[in-house]
Amino acid sequence: MPEYAVEVKALTKKFGDFTAVDAVSFAVERGRIFGFLGANGAGKSTTIRMLCGLLDPTSGTASVGGFDIRRQPEKVKRVIGYMSQRFSLYEDLTVVENIRFFGGAYGLTRKALDARLPWLLSMAGLEGRERSLTRTLSVGWKQRLALGCAVLHEPRIVFLDEPTGGVDPASRRRFWELINELSESGVTVFVTTHYLDEAEYCNDIRLIHAGRIVAGGSPQELKTTVIRNPILEVSSDRVIDAMEVLQREPWVLETSIFGTSLHVSVGDEAEGRRLVRERLEGEGIAVLRVDRIMPSLEDVFIHKIEEHGGAAGAGEERP
Amino acid sequence: MKPLSLRCLRPVIKKEFRQIRRDARSLMFMIFLPAFMLLMFGYALNFDVKHIPLAVVDEDSSRTSRDLVDKFRTTEYFDLKAVLGKTREIDPLMGREAIRAALVIPPQFSEDLLAGRSPSVQVIVDGSNAMSGTTAAGYVGAILQSYSQRITLEALERRGLAGFAVPLSQEVRIWYNPELRSARFLVPGLMAFILMVIVTVSTAFSVVREKERGTMDQIRLSSISPLELILGKVIPYVVISLASAHLVLLLGEILFGVGIRGSYPLLLLAMALFLTGALGQGILISAVTRTQQVAFLIAVLTTLLPTFILSGFVFPIRNMPAAVQAITYLVPGRYFLAALRGIILKGVGFGAVWPQFLLLVGFAALSLGASAARLRLGDEERPRRRRRVR
Repeated sequence: MPEYAVEVKALTKKFGDFTAVDAVSFAVERGRIFGFLGANGAGKSTTIRMLCGLLDPTSGTASVGGFDIRRQPEKVKRVIGYMSQRFSLYEDLTVVENIRFFGGAYGLTRKALDARLPWLLSMAGLEGRERSLTRTLSVGWKQRLALGCAVLHEPRIVFLDEPTGGVDPASRRRFWELINELSESGVTVFVTTHYLDEAEYCNDIRLIHAGRIVAGGSPQELKTTVIRNPILEVSSDRVIDAMEVLQREPWVLETSIFGTSLHVSVGDEAEGRRLVRERLEGEGIAVLRVDRIMPSLEDVFIHKIEEHGGAAGAGEERP
Repeated sequence: MKPLSLRCLRPVIKKEFRQIRRDARSLMFMIFLPAFMLLMFGYALNFDVKHIPLAVVDEDSSRTSRDLVDKFRTTEYFDLKAVLGKTREIDPLMGREAIRAALVIPPQFSEDLLAGRSPSVQVIVDGSNAMSGTTAAGYVGAILQSYSQRITLEALERRGLAGFAVPLSQEVRIWYNPELRSARFLVPGLMAFILMVIVTVSTAFSVVREKERGTMDQIRLSSISPLELILGKVIPYVVISLASAHLVLLLGEILFGVGIRGSYPLLLLAMALFLTGALGQGILISAVTRTQQVAFLIAVLTTLLPTFILSGFVFPIRNMPAAVQAITYLVPGRYFLAALRGIILKGVGFGAVWPQFLLLVGFAALSLGASAARLRLGDEERPRRRRRVR
């Protein structure tokens, strides 16, 4: 057994002049939940598609399950499961017909499939809906069915490309429980998302921005090591005005709006608290509270992206 | 490359059948549209020229001239609509298409004839429809020819030269379609045309739909090889379109009396080969396009016009300019049509149609092979931004 489930070295993908993935390197330990975070178009899907063998890399190497993705794509195929945001099911087939088709496609015998069917139905919560057409299912159900179909052949590694896009919060939570179960049974889970709250469920994270990895580590590590300056959460009655005022101050390192409050990064906590109140009240803005907070992953992400010279939205639109 | 395995082929075939069954509209399209088109074309595309409305201007008004006019009255090729007094009355009638041909018999017609001079009659034909115009002119010519032959013989007889025979008489026999009915000629052509269009268009959606849905990626990661995927997709459509082809054959027999003269197994083989090639073409289109709309457009453009115009379906290939004739070699419908006409109308055996069969095999191998190769390569384009599923 290889030490790492996935090992990537200087993997690069260019589409013409556009570099979608730029010399990315990382390793995923076996049995972990590995989160790949980034905005739309940051290069997450392209990386996953290269690792699965759906796209040829321009340069660099990678091994998946111990097999080289360039030289042994057929062997890679056999040890992985893949699910994309599109849930890739046949809408005009019933639940069971979809399961049977994918089972057959993965080369499962009828016996093996019959044994696996009840597990999948209960996992997806689809008992009693076996004969429903897939198009009539809610998004949450489709999502769980798609996951079930992707792991029918019991792969050692599963790649989930934005599996929770467009799914309601309750279903998202339930889906993450399934991912945890998979991980506990020894499966390595490689998941991409642009929901930063979901990253908290991961054992290991990489932040990708404009094709490059900008930070990595466990959620705890990221929150404690990336941002060393204290962050103050400022609640006031005019949050936008407050931000405009504070952005002009030399002692303020970064500001960002979180709902109705403002996150302000400062050099020193006590000094910062004092200055925030003084400046805002000087402008006639009522300051309700100032608290020191633990940076969220979002703070980390914004900090890292600004460090790399681009706004959070820079990766949104492709040229 | 891994060998074809039935275990991988079967799920694809089953899935395709289920999907086709659920999509009732497409199924109707594939089965009944060909039969419906046969009805439409079979009755509308009629090149038979009969009952041509005719006017006669008899400026002679003799027994002889009336005798000649009677010749036109008694044939089913012409309907005598009017006997006019003056030549200029022809123009308005032909202008509003009340007549398509006119015969003008000059004043001294019978006198000249009796005197042994050769009078001329004038024939006016509406050439605005070149095809029926030519035919009408031909019929008038034939009737006049036979009439003047009779006059000559009668004249000879009067001079005591009875038993004198016309030195060269012609006796034309038309084989395979003795009444020269267009339906006989069109039914095999229609089969080729309809099957080509329907089959290619319906399969052109098949792969591109999977690409749009994302199921293509899932299949590429499964144990199913590109060739297995393509065969699995083609087989159900071959079965359905063969059924459709039989419906066309049956209607051709019942409505247009076009029976199969040759060997049925040979016909079946020709159909299966052609259909496989056409399906392969549909899949190839599907494999190179990214959206269903584009696939549809290409499928229609590459089948409808070439098969209609360049296969010999309606327009004889030998009448085309050399450059166009060269292009027709690229139209598979051409070979299928030649084989069909051979088997259905002439009843020829394999010995006569084997070159066509060979070319159809080539077409099928080329289209299926190219599709499999294309699917193996996969998409090298940049991923598009996907719409979020909501």
